[in-house]
Amino acid sequence: MAASEHIVGRGIGNKLILFTVVLVAVIWMLPIAWTLLLSFKPNSELMISTASAFRAPYTLKNYTDIFQSSGVFRWLWNSAVVSVGVTVGILVLSSLAGYGFARAEFKGRDIIFVLVLLGLAVPEQAVIIARHQMFSDLKMHNTYPAIILPGLSSAFGVFLMTQYFKAIPKDIDEAAMLDNASRFKIFWKVLLPLTIPAQATLGIFSFLGAWNDYLWPLISATKPEMFTITVGIASTQTNFAQSEGLGFLMAQAIFAGLPVFVVYLFFQKYIVRAVAGAAIS
Amino acid sequence: MTDVTLSPGKAVAAVKRPTGASIGPRWSNALFVAPYLVFYVVLLVYPLFKGIWMSMLESDMFDNTSKFAGLANYHRLFNDKIFIGTVWNTVWFVVMTVPVFVAIGLLLALALNSSDRTAAALRAIFFGTSVLSVTIVTIIWKMMYMPGNGAIASIFKLFGLQPVAFITSSSLALVAIAICTIWWIIGLPMMLFLAALQQIPGELYEAAALDNASRWRSFWSITLPSIKRTLLVVVIYEIVAQFQLFGQAQLLTQGGPNNASRPIVQFIYEQGFRSWNLGYAAAASEILFLIMAVAALAQFFVSRKRVEE
Repeated sequence: MAASEHIVGRGIGNKLILFTVVLVAVIWMLPIAWTLLLSFKPNSELMISTASAFRAPYTLKNYTDIFQSSGVFRWLWNSAVVSVGVTVGILVLSSLAGYGFARAEFKGRDIIFVLVLLGLAVPEQAVIIARHQMFSDLKMHNTYPAIILPGLSSAFGVFLMTQYFKAIPKDIDEAAMLDNASRFKIFWKVLLPLTIPAQATLGIFSFLGAWNDYLWPLISATKPEMFTITVGIASTQTNFAQSEGLGFLMAQAIFAGLPVFVVYLFFQKYIVRAVAGAAIS
Repeated sequence: MTDVTLSPGKAVAAVKRPTGASIGPRWSNALFVAPYLVFYVVLLVYPLFKGIWMSMLESDMFDNTSKFAGLANYHRLFNDKIFIGTVWNTVWFVVMTVPVFVAIGLLLALALNSSDRTAAALRAIFFGTSVLSVTIVTIIWKMMYMPGNGAIASIFKLFGLQPVAFITSSSLALVAIAICTIWWIIGLPMMLFLAALQQIPGELYEAAALDNASRWRSFWSITLPSIKRTLLVVVIYEIVAQFQLFGQAQLLTQGGPNNASRPIVQFIYEQGFRSWNLGYAAAASEILFLIMAVAALAQFFVSRKRVEE
């Protein structure tokens, strides 16, 4: 941090920079502020002019309408199940594999690790058609496992956890080994508790990623009752241009954004640390 | 922490006991990585190769069979004007967005690289939009771009200007998607640059300050050389990420008007899951993979050369 103070901390021009950035930040917030404002307006008024947003009447009807439309709560529930499933799955698999690649030697381990890292270079689109076919053959589409399982093949978590386990001083587990503990016990009792910060960051990333994932759930879940909130809200956007129900759409955007926004506010420190950590490794 | 005593006698006994962990290679150690590897092989490696195989099949819609067709799908793609159009749209989108992500991301990072509260709050604002889903982002921006009643049109009118029809204009639709995308995910490059800036030792700037170097000079001779690696990471990451443009285009413009903003992934999605030309879609996805790999590798080698010079 001290370094930066010298760039920003020099008297001349400082205020100007701050002023510019604050101005840009205000512009950055405008779309969300405008969305929020419109979400409290009756649709009939917005149809005439959105300028009516600056004056009363305001209403909560758009929000109560969301609660009455049957789909939304089901979609939220689906998103919760899918995101928790993906997050737990990634944490378990990545922790085990991370420990394995960092600590537990076996023949061919390093070659396998390189092969897994190559997986980071494969974009989802390159595998998505074959994946869809696989789940079709098993008649598994429109189920939670079909939406959850592909996310567990991502190599990112394994890479992150391997780096983290490697950074833990070896004396810690070697001491435990001499104490005659089994590999799994060392992993579970000694090392895993030390990785909690990494678990938190990987967990938040995985959760947000799964919650916001669009392409795979769009393809796999074709029945409305299996939509995630991301896909579900997209499905209601079709006749937007007529601007009938504009306020309702805005309320939907705010409502659907709230869960992730709360997660962001609570875990902001971890998220920032996660991005920074991933950047340095 | 478990309480371990390091008496040598006990250590010898431990290594000999079969229940305890032994140091050195052991096949049972592979059990730690095995669960992940199952997912990796079944859901990534296998579909990758199956996708390549599928791209060489011609499927028959009527009896649900497919036969080997060699490179026929690829040949058809190269003659498909809509596909070629999607390639150019995607490339143009990448060219438009990546430099902006790098420039604005770096500028924001430089301006907000400070430990005070204002900077922290501003960082939170710029990063905050990244946690929204593409669906929410496009609802917001559709409202912004709405002709007549939209926020941007209203601002134009306020200044007595003719409102610009962003998403219905074939020359501006992609620009509109690019603006919305930058607004959405500028936070990540900003954060990556911030992380890099904080690794620069403060003494470097102190020395520069003693030399009375200008802000501009110390940026060129200290900051930029120090964050070269992150710069490369951000550029490659953004190239790869922006080539995958899909949701914004599909939801904001539906690829229109007249295919003017249709990206490759939307083409793959529509061919694969709307028209069910799976082989054709698979071939398109392999081409996308190839273009992305070439673009990222080219960037890597070009920058590497520059770093070495």
